[in-house]
Amino acid sequence: MIEIGLGHYLTLSAIIFCIGIVGIFLNRRNVIIILMSIELILLSVNINLVSFSIFLQDLAGQIFTMFILTVAAAEAAVGLAIIVIYYKNKGSINVEQISSLKG
Amino acid sequence: MMAHSLFFYLFSTITVFSAIMVTISRNTVYSVFFLILVFISISILFIMIGAEFLGMIMLIVYVGAVAVLFLFVVMMLNVTQQPIKFSKKKGIINNISVGLIVGIIIFLEIIIAVGGWKYRDGFIPLSSIDPYLNVSNTHALGNVLYTDYIHLFQISGMILLVAMIGAITLTFSRRENIKRQSYFRQIQRQRESSISLVEVESEKGVKIDD
Repeated sequence: MIEIGLGHYLTLSAIIFCIGIVGIFLNRRNVIIILMSIELILLSVNINLVSFSIFLQDLAGQIFTMFILTVAAAEAAVGLAIIVIYYKNKGSINVEQISSLKG
Repeated sequence: MMAHSLFFYLFSTITVFSAIMVTISRNTVYSVFFLILVFISISILFIMIGAEFLGMIMLIVYVGAVAVLFLFVVMMLNVTQQPIKFSKKKGIINNISVGLIVGIIIFLEIIIAVGGWKYRDGFIPLSSIDPYLNVSNTHALGNVLYTDYIHLFQISGMILLVAMIGAITLTFSRRENIKRQSYFRQIQRQRESSISLVEVESEKGVKIDD
């Protein structure tokens, strides 16, 4: 209880991962919150990598966390650009109305 | 050790609470602010666990860049005051129940997978933190990042470049009736096409509109 070990960090990351996934399911209003849920999921993966890296005394995990950070930033930039241009064209980013692809 | 665990529980509680608030908050701006709070608490946890460089990078990149990007987009698009309505479909099979079921199943799967996890015998780390070298976290990361992982580092730079070009090209809109400077036309201009010598007869004038 008092000693904070690897399991505590892994549990925290699992909780955040599940909150991100539930957020994608729950939110049917706008795409921005879905993007934020994806950021939460990537963040939980980062917590996993960093805690394993610290507790196993292995630097590779922190290196990969930096790459995930890079990819997350790029993904946020491109996703938000797509959202902006979609809003400019259609006037709404309601998830239930985005159905031009008939998916 | 007591303080460490106390702070861990404090910041992880803040993190989980604000992660829940990100998904269920009614106002999108509040969601972005709670996302910032998640990032700050996670970076504090990283600093506490000993990964100082990543904690600081997390603050700079996520709070300073990504969250501000989200804020800009939320404020540019008029979506802040839309109340979040969950699915109108009644009954057992709607978004909330399906989402909660899937989330709980994934959480249990992760718990089962992690609960049975053990160190492998004879574990050899890829690039270990040398305890005798007594360098800081940043120094150790730099030692590895610029030698063993230099190609991945370059590729991540290329990913950022491609994302930047993609975002600019997507949101770029060419406006009509505006005077632009065209470097190619300026450079391609030849002397023959722009200057013509004419013999002007006296008292006749020159027509230049030909």
